[in-house]
Amino acid sequence: MRHRTFFWFFLPTGLAMLLFIALPIISVVMQSLFTPHEAVLIASENCGPFGCTVSTTVDQEATAQIRADKPMGRFVGLDIYLDRGHLATQEIAAAWASADSMGAFFSEVFNLPFYRALTFTLTYTFVVTPLLIMLGFAVAVAVNSLHRRLKGLMIFFSLLPMIVTPLVGSLILFWMIDSRGVLGQFISYLAADPSLSLKASTPLMWMSLIVYGIWSSAPFAFVVFYAGLQTVPKDTLESAMIDGATRWEQIRYVVIPHLMPLVTFVALIQLMDNFRVFEPIIGFSAEAHATSLSWIIFNDLGGETRQLSAAATTSVLTIIGVAILLSPVLYRTWRDFRGKT
Amino acid sequence: MFLKKIAMASVVSLLGTTAFSAGHGCGIEARVSIVGNEFPAIQTVGAGAAECTGGEVSKNLTADHQKINVAGMSGNPAEYTSAIVANSSIVALMNEDVIRPLDDLVAKHGASLKKNQLITINGKVMAVAFMANAQHLVYRSDILEKAGVEAPKTYEDMLAAAEKIRSMGLMENPVGGAYKAGWNLAQEFNNMYLGFGGQHFAAGSATPSINNEAGVKTLEMMKALSAYMNPDYLTHDSNATNAEYRAGNVALMNMWGSRAATLTDAEGVSQEVKDGFAIAGPMTVGGGDSAASTLWWDGWTVAKNISDAEAEATFIALTHAIRPAVLEDAEVTKQAVWLIDGYAPTEAAVGVFAAAQMNTTPYPMLPFFGLMHTALGAELPDFMSGKESAEKTLADIEAAYTAAAKEKGFL
Repeated sequence: MRHRTFFWFFLPTGLAMLLFIALPIISVVMQSLFTPHEAVLIASENCGPFGCTVSTTVDQEATAQIRADKPMGRFVGLDIYLDRGHLATQEIAAAWASADSMGAFFSEVFNLPFYRALTFTLTYTFVVTPLLIMLGFAVAVAVNSLHRRLKGLMIFFSLLPMIVTPLVGSLILFWMIDSRGVLGQFISYLAADPSLSLKASTPLMWMSLIVYGIWSSAPFAFVVFYAGLQTVPKDTLESAMIDGATRWEQIRYVVIPHLMPLVTFVALIQLMDNFRVFEPIIGFSAEAHATSLSWIIFNDLGGETRQLSAAATTSVLTIIGVAILLSPVLYRTWRDFRGKT
Repeated sequence: MFLKKIAMASVVSLLGTTAFSAGHGCGIEARVSIVGNEFPAIQTVGAGAAECTGGEVSKNLTADHQKINVAGMSGNPAEYTSAIVANSSIVALMNEDVIRPLDDLVAKHGASLKKNQLITINGKVMAVAFMANAQHLVYRSDILEKAGVEAPKTYEDMLAAAEKIRSMGLMENPVGGAYKAGWNLAQEFNNMYLGFGGQHFAAGSATPSINNEAGVKTLEMMKALSAYMNPDYLTHDSNATNAEYRAGNVALMNMWGSRAATLTDAEGVSQEVKDGFAIAGPMTVGGGDSAASTLWWDGWTVAKNISDAEAEATFIALTHAIRPAVLEDAEVTKQAVWLIDGYAPTEAAVGVFAAAQMNTTPYPMLPFFGLMHTALGAELPDFMSGKESAEKTLADIEAAYTAAAKEKGFL
């Protein structure tokens, strides 16, 4: 394609990307570098139905003046990035200095909100992604070998978890694992412990979230792999059969190599999605045991006093995290591309 | 045909006049737009404002009102001309300077308002309160009778009663509590901490001061209570706690007055639970004088970034919605502890009234209190689930609050 043609061809997409991707990211980065002005506090007498009290309020006139002078707020550079709610450099240095063992040091680090959330987010991402790829692939192979009359029905059922809205799906599972729910009762019966509660135990809660994650995302992998299976060359398969390959060997040496680019694609999308895990934590009310980076953003914005700068900072850190996660896959794609040209 | 037209016309004009008279003489000349929470009393206020004629009255009553009211009032002109708030949520509107003083409007149109309905901050009327709320004891009189205990007046009595109910095999988890990680759990901490005589901040400053003896005692009491709760308590908000009560699984709980009145009205509640339903005042703790609870008001505000005509229309419509005559409807009277002139308390109101008489502390209207509430909600679960000591959790709360307060410019 000539450069000029390419330019006009790409222009609408480029503009849309600038408007909807680049500008919001710039805005978030700016927000994370500025914080609200220092509050001008005054003592005031507040009265209401329960009598009068002397209390503190914000001096609106003085604050309005400061805001008019500098509408962006205070420039604080990387202060928010380094504070306790985010990278917590000081706290980590203090923990390093005072801890007498590595265990004590790590327990201090994982007590900090950002690292705790990162631990769960990464565990979730790296457990859920491979398992959902395997499950999706297994389901695709199974459905593909069904009689054609059954296929339509099975495809529909296999897609159901993806059709259900994530929040609703997680709420359904949440009620099932309740200590009075179907699964909750069954598990406590199996464990012969009537007081066992999935929601009260951190490891069990993590497992529930991970099981939910695999359940809800496997259909995506299934759809992609099922489509891919339709393109597996029949000739190669037949010649493998003639050579005496078992069913497993056919899958291992013919089907999987053929579907490898699709595995990369699914892994790419799911790594990104799982790194932003959010709905199941809300649906499961799992805040007490598991938090994620997205949940921190939600929590900062959901309080009675919104912390815009803190939320923006966590957003930027999430973007950086996604970029790091995807870099090996992107590097591979780039290398393959170079290899071809 | 002609007759038909005449008949039609007269019907239409008749309807027109009735519609006009249904306005109860509330005429407004500009638009009114209300955002607020969705519980029954606020629905009544919204419907009352919508009776006014002459200008468009729209309302958006939703549980997510807090997430949208600041944004919806920050523009110029503001989308919402009024936000219905409580003493916690008015702070965010004050901090962002999006509501206007109402003194001139009170002088002009506020003859039906009582002085104690006016929320004045630094000498200026910033909101008009219409109802009071507090958390207090809700219990099952039949279960307590079987166990041979009185309705507890202190949290220590509550623990003893719970132990008795459990040991007699009446209920496995007799205590209910809205202990869901986050806002609810933090609110229970506030109640208990104030009951122990604690202060959240060093006097006159935004410096936190909860890592002390009262804080430790508070956490120990909460932990002791949680031993008698459903093991999933960290996921139970007030709706889930009420569901446990309705299902007959709970005999003692600290519950909101605004939810207690209609607690057993739901479908499927057994006769036993309905008959045993009883309300009492809030409890004290640790031998303290004032109740381990907080007092709340709900009221309405008027936006700053709107025209004076719109502000006047909003004030008239909302004053109309809380005029003394609304209490003539017995259903409305039952919905809340109204602050409106001429309100006579119903049976469901005894809990909130007792709270008001027991020197209960009002929920603090400090600009930085919301940050403390968020920090409490995020850090308390570590202690409740046994991962940390009380002192460590209290230190974490102070550190989390300090980071947030520095960002917002309070420290």
